Amino acid sequence: MTTRATIMITTIRGTTTMLDDFLIRAGLAGIGLSLATGPLGAFVLWRRMAYFGDATAHAAILGVALALATDLPVPLGTLVVALAMAVTVASLASKGWAVDTTLGVLAHGALALGLVAISFVHGVHTSLEAYLFGDILAVTPSDLATIWGGSLAVLALLIWRWQALLTATLSADLARADGINPDRERLILTLALALVVAVALKVVGALLIAAMLVIPAAAARAIARGPEGMAVLASAIGALACLLGLSLSLWQDTPAGPSMVTAATAIFALAALFGRIRRA
Amino acid sequence: MLLQAQDITVRLGGVEVLSRVSMGVEAGEIVTVLGPNGSGKSTLLRAVLGMVPLAGGQVTRAAGLRLGYVPQKLAIDPSLPLTVRRFLSLPHRVSDEEAADALARVGMDAAGQRQIAALSGGQLQRIMLARALLGNPGLLVLDEPTQGLDQPGEAAFYTLIAQVRRDTGAGVLMVSHDLHVVMAASDRVICLNHHICCEGTPRVVSAAPEYRALFGLGTQGALALYQHRHDHSHDETADHGAHDHTGHDHDHDHTGHHHHVG
Repeated sequence: MTTRATIMITTIRGTTTMLDDFLIRAGLAGIGLSLATGPLGAFVLWRRMAYFGDATAHAAILGVALALATDLPVPLGTLVVALAMAVTVASLASKGWAVDTTLGVLAHGALALGLVAISFVHGVHTSLEAYLFGDILAVTPSDLATIWGGSLAVLALLIWRWQALLTATLSADLARADGINPDRERLILTLALALVVAVALKVVGALLIAAMLVIPAAAARAIARGPEGMAVLASAIGALACLLGLSLSLWQDTPAGPSMVTAATAIFALAALFGRIRRA
Repeated sequence: MLLQAQDITVRLGGVEVLSRVSMGVEAGEIVTVLGPNGSGKSTLLRAVLGMVPLAGGQVTRAAGLRLGYVPQKLAIDPSLPLTVRRFLSLPHRVSDEEAADALARVGMDAAGQRQIAALSGGQLQRIMLARALLGNPGLLVLDEPTQGLDQPGEAAFYTLIAQVRRDTGAGVLMVSHDLHVVMAASDRVICLNHHICCEGTPRVVSAAPEYRALFGLGTQGALALYQHRHDHSHDETADHGAHDHTGHDHDHDHTGHHHHVG
């Protein structure tokens, strides 16, 4: 996969419109995903759900295997399995299971089981890397529709429930006293997370989805003064990281998904430095 | 009656936390629920607020009664940036004017743009009170509102509660585990240990044998309370009864001379 960008550019040299097409699709995919990962990533930080995000994302590999085995669309398979995983973890945690242990077992168990299951599906092992690390340069117009559709749905869901989600995040008791059911709000976030996982698989891959949730939001935290500012900033930083990573991938022939996460990490370092200087 | 609980029973995880508790709050009245840790005080508040299911009995509220709730604590994750002004708009958005009014009422006029995470415990309690006041509640419900405050902070907070009651005419229902600090601020005290042990004015309750039995034995019971208030160890209430301060009867108002004792 590391040479994919180069190969594509070589094959299509001279046909600039096609070059533009796949690059524009990749850029649009990154921006579309960032719309959802910004605000959702902020909630992942506020509620300390980073490992929960990891577990849900790793389960996506199992979803890919199931989808390929049953000829269902891959995003649907990942959505279903990610959702099942998220609900399982949430309900075990609420029954008093140690969250760390539960996540440790389920996250890696699901990833390993997914990898084993995929090896049984004929002819897939060659493209396994694409599911682990993403394949943003190969985004098709229909992928793009899925990514934007899913992201906008998550964004709409979060905006609709924003005040209730924020209150429930602050304090379950405060929420209950105002007639908000904190369990329902948590379920909404769980659903949003599963949707984002299904959508992000193509862009950054199962191993790095949680990174695209956590890192831009953490960078935004260093600068923001309010929850809304942090969410919007996280989206902007996520989009910027996608574009920077894409450029890096294109010119230095690096894998796209990890390049985007690297760019996000660099932005985080700058933001943390800036935040520290401003406070000093 | 603003609020009336009739024979309410609450079971949590198979344990009967409240057994047939009946109580009520009148308009403009300050009622304090008193009891040791684990006696079901917070559960009683949550039950009358409708936050835990009842295994028996019922809670009736005056028609159109609005509640203002101040939780025991607010643990905000440091990753969440939140100004005081923004906090006041959760979950219902309020105008700048309403927010400024509420902040002025709790003596935090200039705090709007401060980060919640940067506030002291006493300031945070005031901000939570301001937020509870925003809906013009007929009844304020406070769950151990002074936990973690030092003694002057506690006194100042209860003065503020009394003032809010005077200004707004709201009833107040709150929880405490220390009679002496709430004595001045309460009209009525309900002594709770899964059921109601005794009830009445603070003076009556502090003299009641049921109250003595709950917090310690004989004069040592009052001593335990005294000691408890003095060293601010809020974990155990009854254990201090065994300390070697025998011979002093501290069953009176200590204000003014307790700082150099013990």
